[in-house]
Amino acid sequence: MSTKLSRRDFLKVSAAVGGGLALEFSFPWLARAAAVRATEVNAWIVIHADDRVVIRIARSEMGQGTFTALAQLVAEELDCDWARVSAEFASPNEHIRRNRVWGSMSTGGSMGVRSSQDYVRRAGAAARELLVAAAAARWQVPAAECAADKGVVTHKPSGRTLRYGELAAAAAKLAPPKEVKLREPKDWKIAGKPLHRLDIPDKVLGKPVFGVDVALPGLLHASIAQCPVFGGSVKQVDAAEALKLRGVKKIVRVKDFVAVVADSWWRADEALKKLKVEWDEAGHGGVDSAAIAAMLREGLAAADLPQARNLGDTPATLAGAAKVIEAEYASPYLNHATLEPQTCTAWFKSGGTLEVWTSTQDGEASLRMAAETAGLPPEKVEVHKMMLGGGFGRRGAPQDFVRQGVLIAKALPGVPVKLMWSREEDMQHGFYRPASIVRMKAGLDAKGNLVAIHTKIACPSILKMLMPHALGGNAIDFTAVRFFSDLCYAVPNQRVEYAMRNGHVPVGFWRAPGQQNGFYRECFIDELAHAAGRDPVDYRLAMLPAGDKNRLVLEAVAKAANWGSLLPAGVHRGVAVADGFGSYTAMVAEVSVNAEGALKVHRIVVAIDSGHVVNPDTCAAQAESNVIYGLGSILYQENTVKNGRIAETNFRNFRLPQIAEMPKVETVLVPTGGFWGGHGEPAILPLAPAVCNALFAATGKRIRTLPLKHHDLRKA
Amino acid sequence: MLKLNVNGRVREADVEPEMPLLWVLRDHLNLTGAKYGCGIGVCGACTVLVDGAAVRACAVTAAEAAGKRIVTIEGLSEKGLHRVQQAWIEHEVPQCGYCQTGMILSAVALLEKKPKPTDADIDAAMTNLCRCGTYGRVRAAIHALAAQKA
Ligand code: FES
Ligand code: FES
Repeated sequence: MSTKLSRRDFLKVSAAVGGGLALEFSFPWLARAAAVRATEVNAWIVIHADDRVVIRIARSEMGQGTFTALAQLVAEELDCDWARVSAEFASPNEHIRRNRVWGSMSTGGSMGVRSSQDYVRRAGAAARELLVAAAAARWQVPAAECAADKGVVTHKPSGRTLRYGELAAAAAKLAPPKEVKLREPKDWKIAGKPLHRLDIPDKVLGKPVFGVDVALPGLLHASIAQCPVFGGSVKQVDAAEALKLRGVKKIVRVKDFVAVVADSWWRADEALKKLKVEWDEAGHGGVDSAAIAAMLREGLAAADLPQARNLGDTPATLAGAAKVIEAEYASPYLNHATLEPQTCTAWFKSGGTLEVWTSTQDGEASLRMAAETAGLPPEKVEVHKMMLGGGFGRRGAPQDFVRQGVLIAKALPGVPVKLMWSREEDMQHGFYRPASIVRMKAGLDAKGNLVAIHTKIACPSILKMLMPHALGGNAIDFTAVRFFSDLCYAVPNQRVEYAMRNGHVPVGFWRAPGQQNGFYRECFIDELAHAAGRDPVDYRLAMLPAGDKNRLVLEAVAKAANWGSLLPAGVHRGVAVADGFGSYTAMVAEVSVNAEGALKVHRIVVAIDSGHVVNPDTCAAQAESNVIYGLGSILYQENTVKNGRIAETNFRNFRLPQIAEMPKVETVLVPTGGFWGGHGEPAILPLAPAVCNALFAATGKRIRTLPLKHHDLRKA
Repeated sequence: MLKLNVNGRVREADVEPEMPLLWVLRDHLNLTGAKYGCGIGVCGACTVLVDGAAVRACAVTAAEAAGKRIVTIEGLSEKGLHRVQQAWIEHEVPQCGYCQTGMILSAVALLEKKPKPTDADIDAAMTNLCRCGTYGRVRAAIHALAAQKA
């Protein structure tokens, strides 16, 4: 037995952190754990007799703060007491059985808040009206004479009061209002405020909130080896040595992986290392980074590429331009490298049901993958959504870890098995940010104005890999061409061509998919400004019409960073603008390069217009997060391909920045209202170009490929 | 049976002497506060205190840890929150939180040794890796703790 924590205890913990325990509707074996008097007023809101309010959250929490921000929006309209609010994850099983009552569970694209804000606020407002109506009915007075505030309904003429806890049961029996009026953001009392995140106390206490922390009676542990060459399969396994090791319970062999199950993860992993596995490399064993670059270059050279945009007459304008400037930029594959490796615990129970615990960006997708893999109807499967030790796009569309966890547990019916990947497995089996090569050709008029731009992009398609239905028969993957196909600058002649070249390396939604294009575009614009002899901020402003939100954030950041003012000796600035994920972002980076050629980023100022801001502190934290996440990819990180596999294996050869490298980050929130933008990704968009443009100012060297570790930045 | 002094109690675990302390804690003693991030002593997610020093539990064997005073995040404070945990909440340090138990224990060890650390001290001692970008707040929280009256 590997655990001293009883099942009851675990259930209590998992209820506290939102492990998917719903009250009356839970699986019968779960219902016993929650014997508290509580009423579901509607799918989003449970009110306890003692006035505690539990708000159900359908999206996932990976550090981005959605768990709290969505609760703030519900609580705002509910007019409850924030001090009595907690949140829990909505159950994916419930979700399926209740006709997808919680909308989407998918958490990506910086969509968590912006794509559900409307219906969660309506749920809060509807519940408030029901509570008021219940009070009015009890007092036999018109509802219009009653008002709700901080979890109490007051009958204004008489001063009588009733608490939500006293009203919830009656309110739940009333018919929900057909129309509700949402509060104007300017009148917000709970939303819009930098409230403390609800998930942080458990996290600083080290409570078992993550997927890897699941503890169950009789739990076994699994470590996995997939074919190191993508697309390969298992040919032969010699497990004789492994089976002799202490604690080893089973070797599970599936077409594309082998796993060892043991009574501790370390024992499983030690035994895994002793397996002699022969792989069928599916013919990809000879592929390396050079072959992938050649594949992309072939794409760039191909005739008649599909066009993602064609405005004016680009070829003719280029032919007649006063000056033509060309550049080629490139980026490597990049792994998400969430600090918590991929993990999934699965348990086939005797009654023909399956329970799964996992760190997922989409509880519903996890459930569907589990059901399909197990061959069970979805109603027979429950997924407990755990907190994610980082997501960044890795744990959404690909549910590979759930499939594996379920297949492994299927070999041991009745026994819960927790699969956790080793770091090496995680590094070599990602869904990588696509490698890409882009050629840009710009025509300037006699005054240096940009009059035509022709862009050719060669890049694998994420949609083709992960969501072929979304791509349909289309030749254009919008994530591969964005920032060019939707160029924010007023340029009369534009052509964007896309060469989809996929290769065998799996690609995926790496934080802000398509952001490499932001690097290429904004560095190239800097090249053009330089060629025109113009200031890079002025050059951009001249192409952004009055009132354009890109212009507003650029002006805001230039002001906050004091653009044009004197800097300490050796420190230089760079600027970049990008709109994406619903928001508008502009950034100024201040950097210096020492005699050894080492870059230091001193300060980042970023202005973001997301329309509305639900929790300003979380938004600032996301900007800080994007800065360090992006900085790792600027300085050190790349995934290279050798012998058909990823060459990097762990944090020694895929380096993460340390605390000393963290710049000062100043986040300037400039919400202009009228729309809802995201925060999980926008601030990474202008980072690489702002830093590389500052590097050019510092060294005169144009950086057209990353990471910087391959460049000699010493002064020539 | 291997005997370990964990969080002020003697705990027994039926493990091989070469098993890294991290796995004794996580899988045999059910103390999952220390996390696995790399298994090679680089990331610090597995940090625990051993005789008061911040140590990477994936790089210490059970045999080496025997006889020493081991403190994990679960045993950091007997009652309520340790002041470092409190500061972590006030400064909203964690994002995903996965690296934070290690981060907190490194900060505890640092402040124990140097109650008023300089930025250079922080850079040298706080070698834990955070994928989410909490470094700025880690630094701010440590400085705020140093400024507190003892
Ligand atoms: S898991 Fe021990 S240092 Fe990374
Ligand atoms: S808070 Fe996520 S890794 Fe540090």
